[in-house]
Amino acid sequence: MINIQNVHKSFGDLEVLKGINLEVKKGEVLSIIGGSGSGKSTLLYCINAIEKINAGKITVDDIDVHDKATNQDKLRQKLGMVFQQWNSFPHLTVLENVALAPRIVKKMSKDEAIEIGEKELTHVGLGDKFDVYPTKMSGGQQQRLAIARALAMRPDYMLFDEITSALDPELVGEVLDTLRVLREDGMTMICVTHEIAFAREVSDNIAFFHEGIIEEMGSPDQVISNPQKETTQKFLSKVLS
Amino acid sequence: MDYQFHWNTVFQKMPEMLEGAFVTLHVSILSMLIGIVIAVFLAIVKMNQIKPFSYISSVWIEISRNTPALFQIYMAYFGLGAFGIHLSPYVAVLSALIFVNAGYLAETFRGGFQSIPKTQYSASKSLGMTNFQSYWYIILPQMFRRIYHPMTNQFVWSILMSSLGILVGMSELSGETQRLQSLSFRTLEFFMVAAVMYYIITKFVLISASLISRRLFKGEI
Repeated sequence: MINIQNVHKSFGDLEVLKGINLEVKKGEVLSIIGGSGSGKSTLLYCINAIEKINAGKITVDDIDVHDKATNQDKLRQKLGMVFQQWNSFPHLTVLENVALAPRIVKKMSKDEAIEIGEKELTHVGLGDKFDVYPTKMSGGQQQRLAIARALAMRPDYMLFDEITSALDPELVGEVLDTLRVLREDGMTMICVTHEIAFAREVSDNIAFFHEGIIEEMGSPDQVISNPQKETTQKFLSKVLS
Repeated sequence: MDYQFHWNTVFQKMPEMLEGAFVTLHVSILSMLIGIVIAVFLAIVKMNQIKPFSYISSVWIEISRNTPALFQIYMAYFGLGAFGIHLSPYVAVLSALIFVNAGYLAETFRGGFQSIPKTQYSASKSLGMTNFQSYWYIILPQMFRRIYHPMTNQFVWSILMSSLGILVGMSELSGETQRLQSLSFRTLEFFMVAAVMYYIITKFVLISASLISRRLFKGEI
């Protein structure tokens, strides 16, 4: 379970998160929607400790993420993350991209790591690309590679940071399909997304972020179909029109 | 226009020319190796603003990149000499080349490092890699590709600039050529042969570097 209690985060004078409370249970899918600058992505970076927090507490399976005694490198093995810019490692082949971390972080044998790499790549539909270099692939393929790379670490949770926002429109579908597969597998996920229809389809809960607070949260039916707050209604009418 | 070429004189002195070429290679390789070590230090203190070393680094980089190599060799040989520090011609030229190489390479390293997107680091950290692993497996290999060819160029530059050793009586290829031609007055022949030797050396370096890079760097950046 990921538990977020009254989290505050500032960049200099700018307070980006103003007291966030959230809970994501095992097997649940939470989507976070909201305008740019609302703090959605920042929260993800705080969950896997790439960013520090100023106040509050985040626990992942009862481990305090920002506690000094926590081994954050080890904690991140639980938390797979995929970024808006897919960040494939350009100097490694597709298979090496996926097999590297299991080998050096989890200390698997080369054969084991390759086996996992091949399995995860096949899982996201890149079974024919093992020896290709990522720069030869489309954005959608590189984003699926990033998903496979995160999955190869066998994380308990997956964090997705607007992973379709930088893609050409025709490539969005294949990436969303991959997320649907993960949903079927029962993966626990937090998706920061602008794909409202997709969020509605796959999420157990949706949180609408506005200026650093959670303005509205609930089931997709509640938040998307019957938003109570005016800010939510405004946002949805803008993105759905 | 009835100049008579006398190549035999040159060929007889070939062993001495080759010895000079060996010194040329020797001084330029050494100046690169030491220059690289210092450049890493200069680049790191400058990027991390580690005072007071970052000031030294900035001054070093400014002077080495914006003054002629000739001036630096003179400073090392005659300049230090004025203060009672007498360097041999070899050490003077070596020091000047190290000074320039370190300055140029520091900027090359800094640029190469900064050209790697920070998100590559976030991505590797998100996979559970330690700082060391992120640098060793992800950042540095990409950086190395980008600085490889500038480093090769710097090496070629060192080989060619070491010819300024002629000014302080160093026995590298140009210095030897100068000495030999002054004994025989076959100036044109000696310098033509020296030029061909420089050409062969630098071509050899460039071709080897390109062959090595093809083996080393299979992916594209």
